[in-house]
Parts: sequence; structure tokens; C-alpha cells
Amino acid sequence: MSRQQQHRTPIRLIDNLVEVKSKFEAEYRRFALKRNGPGGFQEFYHLLQTIHSIRGVDVLLGYADIHGDLLPINNDDNFQKAVSSANPLLRIIITKKEDEPVVFATNSLQRRRKGAGLMAPRPAGSGSIHSKNKSGIIISEPLNFRQISSIIDVDILPETHRRVRLHKHGTNKPLGFYIRDGVSMKVTSQGVEKIPGVFISRLVRGGLAESTGLLGVNDEILEVNGIDVAGKSLDQVTDMMVANSHNLIVTVKPANQRNNVVHRSSKTSMGNSGSVGSAGSTGSALSHDSPSPASQSNPITASSSIAEGDSDDEEDDGDLILENDSLMLYSSHPLTHSGNANADRDAAFRGRPLPQSVSMPSSMGASLGHSSALSAHNGNPTHAASSSQENMREDGNTITL
Amino acid sequence: MKRFRRHGHESHRDRLKQELFQFNKTVEHGFPHQPSALGYSPSLQLLAIGTRSGAIKLYGAPGVEFMGLHDENAAVTQVHFMPHQVELVTLLDDNSLHMWTLKGHNGLSELLEIGRFTLMGPPGAPPSVTRVTAVLAHSSGELLLLGTEGGHVFIVEVPGFRELEERNISLDQVASSVPDDYIGRRNLEHVEALQENPVQSNQVVVGYGRGLMVIWDLEKQCAIQHIPATQQLESMWWTEDGSYILSSHSDGSYCRWMVGVEDVNEEEEKSDIPYGHFPCKAISKIVQLPTREGPPFLLFSGGMPRASYGDRHCITVNHSKTQVALDFTSRIIDFFVIGDGPQHTGDPSALVVLVEEELVVIDLQSEGWPVIQTPYLVPLHSSAITCSHHVSAIPLKLWERILTAGALQNTHYSKKPWPITGGQNLASDPPQRDLLLTGHEDGTVRFWDASGVCLFPMYKLSTASVFHTDADPNENLNPGTEGEWPPFRKVGCFDPYSDDPRLGIQKIHLCKYSGYLTVAGTAGQILVLELNDEAAELTVEVKVVDLLQGQEGFRWKGHTRLDVREEPVQFPPGFQPFTLVQCQPPAVVTALTLHSEWKVVGFGTSHGFGLYDYQQKNNVLVKCTLNPSDQLAMEGPLSRVKSIKKSLRQSFRRIRRSRVSLRKHHVNKLQEANARLEAELAEMELAPVQRKIEARSSDDSFTGLVRTLYFADTFLSDSSHNTASLWAGTNGGCVFAYMLRFPPVERRADEPVSAQPAKEIQLMHRAPVVGIVVLDGHGAPLPEPLEVAHDLARLPEMQGSHHLLVISEEQFKVFTLPKVSAKMKLKLTAIDGSRVRRVGVAWFGSNRTEDYGESGLAVLTNQGDVHVVSLPHVKMQVQYPCIRREDVSGIASCVFTKHGQGFYLISPSEFERFSLSTRCVVEPRCLVAPPLHSGSFDQHQPQHGGPSSAPRSTQDGEDAESAARRVMEHALLNDEKVLQEIQKSLEGDQVSFLENNVKSAVA
Repeated sequence: MSRQQQHRTPIRLIDNLVEVKSKFEAEYRRFALKRNGPGGFQEFYHLLQTIHSIRGVDVLLGYADIHGDLLPINNDDNFQKAVSSANPLLRIIITKKEDEPVVFATNSLQRRRKGAGLMAPRPAGSGSIHSKNKSGIIISEPLNFRQISSIIDVDILPETHRRVRLHKHGTNKPLGFYIRDGVSMKVTSQGVEKIPGVFISRLVRGGLAESTGLLGVNDEILEVNGIDVAGKSLDQVTDMMVANSHNLIVTVKPANQRNNVVHRSSKTSMGNSGSVGSAGSTGSALSHDSPSPASQSNPITASSSIAEGDSDDEEDDGDLILENDSLMLYSSHPLTHSGNANADRDAAFRGRPLPQSVSMPSSMGASLGHSSALSAHNGNPTHAASSSQENMREDGNTITL
Repeated sequence: MKRFRRHGHESHRDRLKQELFQFNKTVEHGFPHQPSALGYSPSLQLLAIGTRSGAIKLYGAPGVEFMGLHDENAAVTQVHFMPHQVELVTLLDDNSLHMWTLKGHNGLSELLEIGRFTLMGPPGAPPSVTRVTAVLAHSSGELLLLGTEGGHVFIVEVPGFRELEERNISLDQVASSVPDDYIGRRNLEHVEALQENPVQSNQVVVGYGRGLMVIWDLEKQCAIQHIPATQQLESMWWTEDGSYILSSHSDGSYCRWMVGVEDVNEEEEKSDIPYGHFPCKAISKIVQLPTREGPPFLLFSGGMPRASYGDRHCITVNHSKTQVALDFTSRIIDFFVIGDGPQHTGDPSALVVLVEEELVVIDLQSEGWPVIQTPYLVPLHSSAITCSHHVSAIPLKLWERILTAGALQNTHYSKKPWPITGGQNLASDPPQRDLLLTGHEDGTVRFWDASGVCLFPMYKLSTASVFHTDADPNENLNPGTEGEWPPFRKVGCFDPYSDDPRLGIQKIHLCKYSGYLTVAGTAGQILVLELNDEAAELTVEVKVVDLLQGQEGFRWKGHTRLDVREEPVQFPPGFQPFTLVQCQPPAVVTALTLHSEWKVVGFGTSHGFGLYDYQQKNNVLVKCTLNPSDQLAMEGPLSRVKSIKKSLRQSFRRIRRSRVSLRKHHVNKLQEANARLEAELAEMELAPVQRKIEARSSDDSFTGLVRTLYFADTFLSDSSHNTASLWAGTNGGCVFAYMLRFPPVERRADEPVSAQPAKEIQLMHRAPVVGIVVLDGHGAPLPEPLEVAHDLARLPEMQGSHHLLVISEEQFKVFTLPKVSAKMKLKLTAIDGSRVRRVGVAWFGSNRTEDYGESGLAVLTNQGDVHVVSLPHVKMQVQYPCIRREDVSGIASCVFTKHGQGFYLISPSEFERFSLSTRCVVEPRCLVAPPLHSGSFDQHQPQHGGPSSAPRSTQDGEDAESAARRVMEHALLNDEKVLQEIQKSLEGDQVSFLENNVKSAVA
């Protein structure tokens, strides 16, 4: 671990190089790529084949993004993305095509790590059997996508309602919607009554809400993360949604009732949380990267929503904690001169070893944390501040391989 | 006890909750907002004030106060006590009359509404016929005369409001008897005033708007005399002996008419326009009172020359050769005069004036007519309140020193005791001495005695003298140039004009043990002050601290730093500044804390925070928290992004104030305010009524704003050594911890203090951190600095691990220490959509047993609800609605005490006091005895032993002395109790919550 660190620090200083660590079966290769001119996917594909000496073997490429998700590389675009988001290391995982399909999904890496601890990328637990059996009916290519939303609790909700979970973490996309006050008509014992309610007023183009296709303008918001919003003010509902923004579950009464879920009593084997196939009509009609149509056929993705539900609290505790035992001793001299202060700090820095610990949310690796903490205290104060801030921005989960 | 609770005995816990918590709004401190009517009962010696919002408040001796609220949301236009009774009648502007009484109940009096009445005219009559314009409560106590807009006088029997139709004085009856040559006989207009003959109660004079006055005999039901004044009538006054009637008119004149002479025209004894020659404004009220020997007092309001002084609010007092025009800073509502002697019929002794923003009482018997300091109804807002800070259980020594310093500031007040002495204050003496400190827009800090029902001003600190300000100090001291006419004299303390908005006080922290005070203001200034009993000439040492720490690319667009006086400044006895920190950029100080044992001050702004060593007068630490992409934070004053609602409201207030008196150099301010208002309105129109749903990100504005600072002696690096630490929480959900190292005491003055970063926590939900508390090994909050040294708290438990409680707007979260990991949390926003606005650690004592109590968090949310959250388990205990959620400034002004009480502003001038505790409740408990009709009993000496009037109210030298003695005795007693309590707790093995017990004993 410490060796890596020594290596990395100088490399990082040369900004236009990307360190790549690729893995095929049990073999690792390390090499560097130019950040600004890495060429296209095909070039890279051949490069990897050469490096791993597997010419002629059809392989699938995947990389680990900063949130710990295993994402595919199969065209120029996502290859560029992978290179540009490498921070600081680009981890490539190569699998033979004839192997069972890899599941690219949110938290997929961690779950695998937590579970059997298998080195080879393969679906966890019982899921593998299922997927093998059902590999014939994959509709689209779910392996190329990351789950960003799901329809849940179909079995316990009235048909006119829809409960949507938005997975904010792991994307840079804004949630991207606005809500407003409004009036909804309710049939009560006194006849039809007008009751104040909260509605979606606008979807931001390219936002998470719009891209799921599961929420629409004028949908009435009934619940936020299981809490009824009846009688709550617009500001209260706003605050509740913001407070739950990392894992937002909204129950809406869609303004357009034609795309409602049709109950299939047989499809409730997964407990309360069953993802639904018929939502595909909405999903595929409006969005390009919604995984919902596939989730039905792939029990692993479905189970991932349960897992996340269970780990709700864990996610919530994703506070980033930095503990420095002896860093940046402030001299008691007035810090009017920043250069002077810097010198002092450097002196203190060089003077002693750096016992420090970093605890990161969930399974964020020590190595990554270590390097970030180190870099945060290395450069000039401005740089340190900004880079540590950058690190703090990653509030999701981070991986270790 | 703890173990018992952990087993979750629900019903037991519920019972305990009832013993610990209850919610009460107990009393309103300060001056009623928008008063609209004044009444006084000489027999009860009670003062009544009605307000535009329909409240009616009664005040007597200090501590005696009652409050009632009309169901109708209408302004009270008139208040009349029924003579010699405990009833009073109010007239609202919806033309309804209400009868109130003071009813005894369990030995205490309560103000209750017992009847209501609206005049009904004959069918088909226009509403003006029954629109009441004048009310006379007849001295018989049985009749109410109601003059109306239509010119009729209706007579109603009370209580019960039975109309006595046959006795009404109809307009026709009067009009037919008016002499033919009277020019206004065609239209007498409405009834403007009604007065009763002081010696013959069956005679009343009815004054009509057009000027005609008719003396009417109620028995014979006929007119006795007509007084044909020709000017529009404003008011009438029947002199004590019944022989003259004074009338005042809209042209600024008044006339004196002799009563009982048939042919009046020639008997018009005197007509005068006191400020005449040029057109004058109306004299709205006139009063003449005799003295036993010598000439009478003549008092009238208004009558000023219209062109030159038409905007002044004056009451002229004329006695013998002395004439003074008392010049008030706000509109005069009404006034009355209190007489001397047992029946209050003797020489006039005090003039009580209700103006829109304060109550002023003038001593008419002392030389120079000085003002008598009011023990209640003090205008809190004489300059707008910008922040407040409460300190419980002040040690006697400090209390007395503050009182002494305050007494030296009040030498210009009259020595006379407070003249309104009705009722008996039955409340027991307050259990402890509490201070409420309010910071004001003009850079003053006022110290209020908040121990009891009367919020009494103790001392006023002004920080403006440290700086150069635009205001010319001589301008305010001006007045009495000789021979000026009219002879103005400024009275009252309401002065909303701030010389420089940068002087405004934003944060206050007082250490009650050491007497060190730190105050911080709008332009990034932080003053550290020390209590000194002597006047001193001091040069304040200045330290400029750059909070940006080399962050580049920013340009501060806000105000500049305050200009400090370099020459020594003379400071009066009291709190004297000895050192000043100025933040650069000079943004408003948003967090402030002082540790008197370590002698350091922590301060924060929207750019970062710092630690200042006030012993060595040296800055120890600077941390920039600014996000490099946050441009808004550089813009300057926060008001723009704060709350449009609030700033709008402030703009309106500013305009209103400017209108109070448009002095020359304020015209600019008005224009500014108008421009700002327009800009804000424009901004508001752009924003649609929809809310964006987005996760907070580090790029949001003002994430670097420091919201809270906290000192703790706790385990920061390892679990065996506790160290001093400074904690800071930001708007972006980040917590910074610094380990502090202090040199040993003997070298404290020389060796540097050091601070080094120890921890940094970024809350994932990124909500603003509003509070940080460290809990000791028993789960109790750490004691205040010096509390242990003064034996008022036990050493915190250092065995067992400490915990860090971080309170963000959305959650309460407990972390372990020294290794920070999340342990427990309570989500607030995710559950009910409310957010924490104010939070304070409080101690709640059980009302059943003396020796049980718990620490908890008192919390106020943006929905206006107050909650109690238990410690250390952060469980929601109780919830009560407290403030309307629309009342943003009320919520922002809330301050909690250490014993579960709280204060918030219900108007710019009033604090509402509330209590969450069953044990600590401060509310008025008073008794008003019905007056005896006649006889020689002496109302003026109510002190028949017992705890009657509050000691603080007495201005008299002797009384003050005895009062001080009483306070001293009380304190000694208290101290003994403390000792016993400590003894007891040390003996018993009930160690947990011990320091809380001690706190309560101090309480």
C-alpha cells in the first residue's frame, strides 16, 4: 500500500498521464495512458489484448468508477469517460465474452466483495443460476447500464399510485424537478372536495427525474420516503425531499393515468419490492438509460433494490471524517504572511511521521483516502483546500480492489 | 434511574415527561406594539393600554399586569375604567363595546371579558347614527353615555348593557333649543366629547364636532346651558370646581367658558392660540388641574405652528411662569395626570404620556420636571433589536456591579417612586438572577433584569465610542437654546435612527463568572470588554485578521471596516473594551464564543473563523472555510440572500420609522429604503411559486458560513488524555475541530497558544450545522468554563467515553470520541419537514421531586414548534406549537435559557416569554382589590408586609438600599442551599446528572 503511494504521488504531478491497472482473470498489468490523447476504444481494446497477451480472445471491458460501480467500456464515449474520470487510477477489469454476463450496476463491486469475496466478476449468490437459465430473455443490454430509478412496492399500492425511487448517488445528474402548490379533487363522503396538495411543476431537461420517465409534470406528490405529505406546506415538502435527496422515494399519483402498472399477483416473490416490467412502456419510450424494463428479467438487479433499502442507514451515515493527529501545527505568530506560514507548516510536515487515519463512508478504501489526505496537505494552501474539497464532494461510496 | 429508563418502561417515561415538561406562554415583556388607547383608574391605580390588534393590557405596581385579547381582530379605540369599580369598558373600531372585569380566583385576579354590546339604531337608520365616537363612564358606575357620529347620545345601563331609551339625548332635542343666531345650528355634527361635572354628577356636557357644547341635566332631561363655540371642537375639560369648561379646537386655540351663566357670549373669559400668529395644528386634548396653593397646571397636546413645527409631537405643560413643550419622538396617543394624596385628588404629581413607541412619565413636582424611569413597558426597540443572549443565575457580585454601573447612567431620572401602584404582586421572589442582553442596531447592548415579570433595564453599553462615526455627537446634546419658542424639550428614549448600520450588534457572549464580555457586529468587529467599576481612559488595541488566507480572485463588495479611534477614549464605569478584532473582509460576524478560563475568543463569519487570545492580544488561528466557487459570499451584507420576507419587513419598518419624523438628514435614508424595497419587490416577482428539489452540493452559496463555535475540554486524539479544543460548524454541514495547547499558567502571558487541526467531519446531508455539544462520560453536557472553578458544577465525568453531538438543521447526530464514528441520530426534516432554527441545552427539573432533573435540548423549528430532545439519547420528548411559522423574525429572535424558558419577539418592541419547564415558570401573579367607595383608607401605602411591590422598581434611595439588602439575604440563603445540595449529592452515590442537580440548586 505504501509503495503504491510513493509511486503515485509523482505520477499525479504529471497531469496528462493516467495510471491504468488492468486485470484479466488473476493477472494484473500496470501502464500509463495519455489523458488528452488516448485514442479510441478499438485502439485501447487492442492495446489491452496486447498487454495481456490474449490476442484473438473476445473480451468485455469494464472499469470501476469513483463510486464503486463497475461500468462497461464498449465504445469511444464511455472509454473517454472512463479515462477522464480516473481518479487517480483507472482500474480495468477484463472478462472473457463467453463467461456469464457481467452485471454492471450500482454498488455491484461492493456487493460482490461483501458477499463471497470472489475475485472473478460473477453475479453473487443464487442469482447466478437464475441468470444462466434466463439469459435467453434479456431484452436489452442491462449490463451496460447503471440503475438510476425504480418503481417499487407495486403490490401494496393502489393502481393509481406509483412509488418511485431515484438513485441520486453515483451520478452527477441533478434530481432536476420542481414542485408547486395545487389543488387536488378527492372524493369523500361529503362528495367531491378540493384539497390542497403538492405537485410536480417542472422537470429539468437532462435531470434524473426527467430521464427516468417515471415522473411527470402535474403528478401529485403523496408521500416522501414513506411519510404522508398531506397537510404539509410546500416548504416542508421541499425540505423533506432535500433531506432525503440521496435516496429519494416519492409516491405520486401520476397526472397521466394511462401508463399505470397492472398488477401481476405472481410477480411478488421478491417481497415488497418488485420491479415491474410493464413500466417499460414509459421507461423505454422516454429514456435511453433506464434499466427498469430489464429489471424484471434479471433478479439480481431486482434484489439490488432490496439491498439498498436495507442499507439505507448505512448510506445515510456517509459522513466524511478526516482525523489528523498531528498536522499543520499553527504557529502562534499571527498568520499574516501566508508564505511564512507555509514554510512553518512544511517544516512541521517534514519533521515527523504522519500518523493519520481517514474513515470513509462504507467501504471507501484506505488507500484512496490516504492518498487524498496526503495530497490535501502537500501543496500550497489554496491547492490543498480545493483538492480536499474535491475529495469531500465524493460523498457516495468509493471502491478498493 | 438511567437503567430503569433504558428498559423502556413507557408509561413511567410518559409520567416523567409530564413531571418535567409543560409549555406555557407566561408573560409579554416590553412595550405593546401599536398602542391605540389609554385608560387610567385613579381608584384602582391601574393603567390600561389597548392596541391596534385588539389586546388590552393592564399595569399597576411593578409585577402587577394583566392581559386580555378581544376575539374580534379590531383595534381598541377607547378604554374607560368604570369609576370606583374593577370593571372597564373598551370600544373597538368595529363599534362594539366590551366590558372587562378583574375577578378574584384562587387568591389571584384575572382579567375576564364579561359582556359585549353594539348599539342598535332604529330600523332603516344609517350606521352613522349608532357609530360611537365618545364614551363617558358616569361616576355613578351604573351608566355609560355613548355619543355617536349621528349626534345622539345614548344612555346605557351597566353592567348588562341595557339601553335606557327614554333618557337618550337626541339631536333633535338639542338642536331645537340652540339659539337661532348660532351659525352651526343647521348641522351640529357628531358628538366629539362628553364630560361630567366633577361636582354635580347629574350634569354632563356634550360637545359637538361643529363647536357647540351643551350642558345637559340627566335628571331633568333638559339643556341647562349652551356654549356656542364656532371652531371645530377637539376636546373639553371641566375644571375641578365645576365652574369652568375648557374647550380646545382644531385651529390650535383653546377657550375657557364659565358655567352656570345664561348669556354665555360675554362670559367667554379667555380664548387663546398659544403658539399663534401663524396657523396652528389642532389641540387634541386639554387638561387643567388646580394646585393647593398657586396657579393651576394647564396641559395640552398639539397646537404647534403648522408650517414650522407641524411634524412635532408635543405636549405643552404650563404652570405659573414655566412653559415647556415636551417633544416626543413618536405620535402621542393619549395622556393623563396623576394627582397627589391618598385619593389622588391633590396637586398634580405625574404626567403619564402614551406615545406610539413608549410610555413616558414626567415628575411634575421636582425641579425641571424630570422623567421617572419606567419599571415596565420599556421600549426594547429604542433602537431595533438585532440579537439577544440570555445568561441564567448571575452571581450576586457581578449583578451588583452591573446595577451600580447602570445607576450611574440613570442620574438624570427623577428620584420619585413609580406613581402607578395599583394591585399587589403576589409572585414569590424570583429564584435566581437572570440577565437578558439585547444587541441593537446602533451598537448598544442593553442589559435587562429578566428574573421576574418586569423586564427592567439595568445597564446600557455603547460600543460606538470605539469608532469614528458620521454622527456629530454634539447634535444630539443640543436642545435648550435660550429663548427658543416654542420651548421644546426632548423626552423619551425611542430613537430608531442608527448613525451607522455597521455598528449593529450581531452576537454577544458574557461570562458570568469573570465578567468578560464579547460582542461582535455587522462590520466584522469583535470587541472584548471587561467590567470596571471606575471610569477609565483607554486605547483599544486593534487586530485585523484576514480570514481569506490568500484565497484569490475575490472582491469584497460590501461595506468597509469601521474606522477605529486611535486616540485614548474615556469610558464610563461599566464594561470597557480593551481589545478589538476586525475581520477582513468585514462581513457580519455569524458565530462568537468566549472561554474565560482559557482567555480566548472564537469568532466566525461567512468566510471563515479564527481564535483570538485576549490575554496576549494575539490571533492564534485563522481558518478559511470559503468555497472558492462561492461568489455570493463575497457580495457583502447578507441581507440580500437571507430572507426576502424579512428584509421587506425591515424595509417597511425603516420607512415607517422615517415617517415618524422626517428630519432633514433622514430624507436620504428614506429614499434609499424605497429604492431597496423596489429592488426587492422586483426580485420577488421574478421568483415563481415553485421550489427546486435538489440535493445540497458543495457548490451552494454560503456553505462556508460559520454557524456555530464551541469550546470543549475533551478527548480529541486518544481516550486517555483530554485536551482543550475548538469546534466550528458551517452552513455546508462541515465540522472542524482544532486541538488547542495552552502554556502553563505561570507562562500564559508569554508563551504562545497553539492550535492544530484535529478533525474534519463533512455531514453527508450537508445541512447547516447549528449546534455542537460535547457530552461527558455520563451523557451530560460539559459545564461552562469557570463553572467548576466556582464550585457550581461538578467536574465533568472524564472516565468513560465522551460523545460529540452535532445538531444540523435536519438531524441530531451523536458521534463517539476520540475516534469519530456515528452512534445515534434523530432525523427531523426527513420525518416532518421542519428544520432546526434555534437550539439550546437546558436543564429540566421535575416538579414532583426536588432532586430529579434531566438535561435536554430545547429546539425551535422553522415551523415555529418547540421540541425537547433528550440527552444523551437524542429522542424526541415533547412538541408544542409556539410561534406562527410565517413569523420569520419571531422565530429568528428566539433565545433559550439554561432552565427551559425562552424569549422571542412578537413585535419589534415586545418579547414573549415562554417556558418548557414545569419548575421554572415566571408569570404574573397579582391581586387587585375592589376599591372602597369612599372613606379614608390609604391606597398609597400598599406595603402591609408580605412580598408586595418588587424591589427593583423603587427609585427611592432608602428603598433601594433595603432592596439590595433583601437581594443579598436572598442570595446568601441561596448559596447555603447550594452548599447543602452539593453536600447531599456528594454523600449520596447518585452521581449521574449531578451537575444538573447543582445547577438547579443554583436556580
